[in-house]
Amino acid sequence: MTIYNYYPGCTLSTKAKKLDRTARRCAEKLGFPLVELPEWQCCGAVYPQAPDAVGERLAAVRALAAARDNGGVLVALCSACYHVLKRVNDDMANVSSIRDTVNGYLDLERPYAGETKVSHYLEVLRDTVGWKRLASLVTHPLTGQRVGGYYGCLLLRPGRVMALDDPEAPVILEEFLRALGAEAVLYDERNECCGSYLSVTQPTYCREMTDRILRSAADAGAEWLVTACPLCAYNLVHQRGREQQVGVVYFTELLAQALGLTEGGDAQ
Amino acid sequence: MTAANVNPAEIRTPEQEADYTEQLLRLADTPVRRCIQCGRCTGACPMAKHMDLVPNRLVWELKNGRASVVLAARSPWDCLSCFACETRCPRGISPAACMEAARLMAIRPAGAPVLTAEEVAALDPEMPQQGIVAAYRKFSK
Repeated sequence: MTIYNYYPGCTLSTKAKKLDRTARRCAEKLGFPLVELPEWQCCGAVYPQAPDAVGERLAAVRALAAARDNGGVLVALCSACYHVLKRVNDDMANVSSIRDTVNGYLDLERPYAGETKVSHYLEVLRDTVGWKRLASLVTHPLTGQRVGGYYGCLLLRPGRVMALDDPEAPVILEEFLRALGAEAVLYDERNECCGSYLSVTQPTYCREMTDRILRSAADAGAEWLVTACPLCAYNLVHQRGREQQVGVVYFTELLAQALGLTEGGDAQ
Repeated sequence: MTAANVNPAEIRTPEQEADYTEQLLRLADTPVRRCIQCGRCTGACPMAKHMDLVPNRLVWELKNGRASVVLAARSPWDCLSCFACETRCPRGISPAACMEAARLMAIRPAGAPVLTAEEVAALDPEMPQQGIVAAYRKFSK
């Protein structure tokens, strides 16, 4: 039986506990219980793009190697953790200069070369549980609810490495929402950036972006947006104009609701 | 916020331009010489309208060895690393990696953070750790 090693990341243990709690509970019910890695460190939240940024890759490699040694896959929920883990894993598999330097530095019992499969929770739902089976397990369908999937950037891009879905025309969140019985609302800005870390340094620009996203969703008739990213959730709720009405929840909150394990409410 | 730790005005000779350009290219690790200036990166960039050196121009300056222009720009501090540019480039170039290279040239040498601990302490208490860590990584060594 596959072991679903789980990497919560810094924010799911603190500000985004709802995402963590609901995901764990639903995973139990759906037959893929999450096993938190016994030791993990913050992934750094952003992928270190420079090839000589070795220190910045170490936390991710430690988690990836621990998952390999434990057997099974490594599951992430937060879009940023998933992005960093998957891209660093790709480096370790394909870039020999990075692989050699990192292994030389970490001095693991067995050198790491990208053996771990990194999966987002949504991928487990799609590829292991399956949408049909998920739909059959729904006890409280979200009938009549008009919900938009908000992908943002990190789940999908760059498409060559992330390979979760088509980076320009993704469907995974819409299929998820339909499996729960909701009406999946398509809107133009669903895979545009929310402003990310500029909410720390330049919140005005961030607000401009979140307003555009929320307006686009509202114009298409969405009442709620679902996200997998705590920073997107924060920006969409806290860095928005007062006139915006669309609610924002983590996708696992709606999952829990549909499976009768409800918490409900706003992501923030 | 500026790239205060590298003074582009100190890049005076062609040799210095070449040296800084080489450093930027090594950090960016992306084939800027393949750029055809189609502008898709800039068309895709959600911050381009606020930038003083839009993504395709920044790649162009790097391609032509003008590190001083790249390092004088504010754009790297506006870049979101959302990778829309990289995803849409038909030539396999990552303008986002060029932006990152310019940031690293500024924050690595001096150890003086562009984002300070005092600024972080003044943030909204609801700001998720993910946002703070990401900003630290992008704006401080």
